[in-house]
Amino acid sequence: MAELAERSDRAFPAFLRPHTVTGVERETADTVTLELVPVGSGRPAFAAGQFNMLYAFGVGEAAISISGDPTRAGPLVHTVRAVGSVSSALCSLRRGDVVGVRGPFGTPWPVEEAAGCDVVLVAGGIGLAPLRPTLYELLARRSRFGRVSVLYGTRTPADLLYRGELRQWRGRFDLDVEVTVDHAAAEHFDNVGVVTRLIPRAAFDPDETVAMVCGPEVMMRFSVRELLVCGVPAERIFVSLERSMRCGVGLCGHCQLGPRFVCKDGPVFRWSEIAPLLEIREL
Amino acid sequence: MAELHPGTWMLDREGLNGLLAVLRRLGFRTVGPRERDGAIVLDTLSSAGDLPWGWRDEQGPGRYRLTRLGDEAFGCGVPAQSWKRFLHPPEVRLFEVERRADGRGLTLVPGDAAIESYALIGVRACDLNAILVHDRVLSQGAHRDQGYAARRERAFIVAVNCTRSGGTCFCASFDTGPRAGSGFDLVMTELSDRNVPAFVVEVGTVRGAEVLAELPRRPATEAEGRSADDAIAAARHAMGRRLTTDGLKELLQRNPDHPRWQDAARRCLTCGNCTMACPTCFCTDCADVTDLVSGRAARDRRWDSCFNLSFSYIHGGPMRRSVSARYRHWMTHKLASWFDQFGTSGCVGCGRCIAWCPAGIDITEEARAIRGAEAKEG
Amino acid sequence: MVVKKDIADLIEQHPIFLGLERRYLEFIAACATNVRFDEGDYLFREGDPADTFYVVRHGSVVVEIFVPERGGVPVQVVGEGDVLSWSWLIPPYQAQFDARCATLTRAIAFDGKCLRGKCEQDHDLGYELLKRFARIMIQRVRATRIQLLDVYGHGRAR
Repeated sequence: MAELAERSDRAFPAFLRPHTVTGVERETADTVTLELVPVGSGRPAFAAGQFNMLYAFGVGEAAISISGDPTRAGPLVHTVRAVGSVSSALCSLRRGDVVGVRGPFGTPWPVEEAAGCDVVLVAGGIGLAPLRPTLYELLARRSRFGRVSVLYGTRTPADLLYRGELRQWRGRFDLDVEVTVDHAAAEHFDNVGVVTRLIPRAAFDPDETVAMVCGPEVMMRFSVRELLVCGVPAERIFVSLERSMRCGVGLCGHCQLGPRFVCKDGPVFRWSEIAPLLEIREL
Repeated sequence: MAELHPGTWMLDREGLNGLLAVLRRLGFRTVGPRERDGAIVLDTLSSAGDLPWGWRDEQGPGRYRLTRLGDEAFGCGVPAQSWKRFLHPPEVRLFEVERRADGRGLTLVPGDAAIESYALIGVRACDLNAILVHDRVLSQGAHRDQGYAARRERAFIVAVNCTRSGGTCFCASFDTGPRAGSGFDLVMTELSDRNVPAFVVEVGTVRGAEVLAELPRRPATEAEGRSADDAIAAARHAMGRRLTTDGLKELLQRNPDHPRWQDAARRCLTCGNCTMACPTCFCTDCADVTDLVSGRAARDRRWDSCFNLSFSYIHGGPMRRSVSARYRHWMTHKLASWFDQFGTSGCVGCGRCIAWCPAGIDITEEARAIRGAEAKEG
Repeated sequence: MVVKKDIADLIEQHPIFLGLERRYLEFIAACATNVRFDEGDYLFREGDPADTFYVVRHGSVVVEIFVPERGGVPVQVVGEGDVLSWSWLIPPYQAQFDARCATLTRAIAFDGKCLRGKCEQDHDLGYELLKRFARIMIQRVRATRIQLLDVYGHGRAR
């Protein structure tokens, strides 16, 4: 809407673009995938790894990674896990509700840099959501890349995201997909154990691999260590960090990690550059 | 006839009054130092009489006192507040949102429609520098705070050169004072060796020259110009504190585990006074509120402090839980990370954090301790 | 020397060294010193080079993993008579966890780097030590797996 565009004569957090919820898919007990369509003009392009600030009326904003396909037109897709008041409100949305969107913000996954290389995507829990757009990009131009592995670990089988797609991906011959859970309880599951165990077993040439890791920071730390032990250089490993984000545009100061703003210098970082900062406790 | 000091003028009290009147007539809200409740605060000035004539301050670690001494308008040092309360206000309503009854529509109502035009009267060199720092942070990055940019563009700045240094001052350590460098429309130096109020005035911008042209004034004599220069130089040499800036950024960034952080943590109350008083601290948070009666939601942006436990909170807990981590963050950001982020120091040497810390923590002392202890171990 | 005799006695009787040949015991004793830590001290941190292992004589040490928003999360507490660290024996010789003293702690510190070197030369010693440390590791893994069962929870980890 023209009048809303004009109102960006205020600071960015003073601006939001209304979107209508056109699809709600419940992935797990606490996670929902939303399809959003902008009211008015079309949705802006985004790159895999970027995030939007999603606004739930009266509750607030939260930084949520985009989990849809950047290579195709269509609704804006976000996978949200209910961990706080805003995300819980987003998870309670129904078709037809309207939310506010600001973005996209942040640095993307280095898909271009991975051209000609093997690619390893390591995802823990909700970390698969920001990596899914990368997988879409890799698959859209599959021949540009070497072997592509997706290593996905989550808590229990009930916490798996994108089950339908996981099945499809596993069925492809040009993709290696390994899924593991920490606890299998009564249900039979092929792989039980932490996701780091999948790394030494994956097929990739460490000298020609780009690895992208996303999940809880502890999981990323241990996964990166495993990748380093396997011989992937630190310059070719990328992580997506999470910090308290209130504005998404580097003006509120909350997301700082040392001198870096995770919202604009990240959230995707090259491991060789960010490791010294992550080593400092409570930085 | 005494030689004219090129481009330098003299104003008396009547001229100062005239300055405020002209600015108000031009639509500015004139704000500047006033005495209130035992402190110098920044608030609306209706006339020159509102300035804190005859007050003198004593500032030290955790200490701020006013006494009656002399008869100057600008005899005190940095006021308790900084100019960010006008240019980067503590609370701003960003918008109000209405939701249609069926939940299927959101209408945005922008907040704070009016952007005020401020005339800042009596901006010290350190504070002027702080405004320039905020320009970099808030309006020269990839994303601009457009509200700040608008207020800033409109603001008329009458700077004041310090002729006296306070117990907590260390602007000279950053070469940011006590003489105001650039960024002002007009700059004044109050002469204290006269029986009547006398201000040496220089012009900084065309806008400043136009305003000055409307005031009763005369050219300054060379003696008057020299008197001003001497007083400023004396202030420069009488700084209450000193911060050695050589290699300070690298020193702090390579000492994240220095025991001094734990030491500071034993004293620091994480009250956040320093961040509130600091003229360059800019962190904010957004509060989304709902009005049950109107059904509207609103978003307010408020100052926040990295000393608040909730500042670094993500689901699960705060990333900076310990006091030492929060103190380390603030000081390292101010004196080191700021260079990486904005190409300048975040500290301007105003000393407010020292005076307004209830525990009297002195940033120059902390820096000295870290440097000294490192040298010993090295 | 009094100190060395004290260490030598302990080494001789400790389950992890029990049954080792005298010449090995003497060598190991020569690589050992008494150490003391205050409450809050870290014996090692995740990522540190693992060149030392410890036998705790007194006090307790918390083995923990640092989770950024939660601080140190304890996975186990090691006390009197327990052995701390096996990373000194297995490449990449890097500490995998943090070890923080919960109390004043006295321990015997063994020069793992020196012992490693000796093990490379004398494979009999190497094998003996590996067997003993492997037993500790197996015990810890078994314990960890039982912990994972979350037997007190509802089965569905939430």
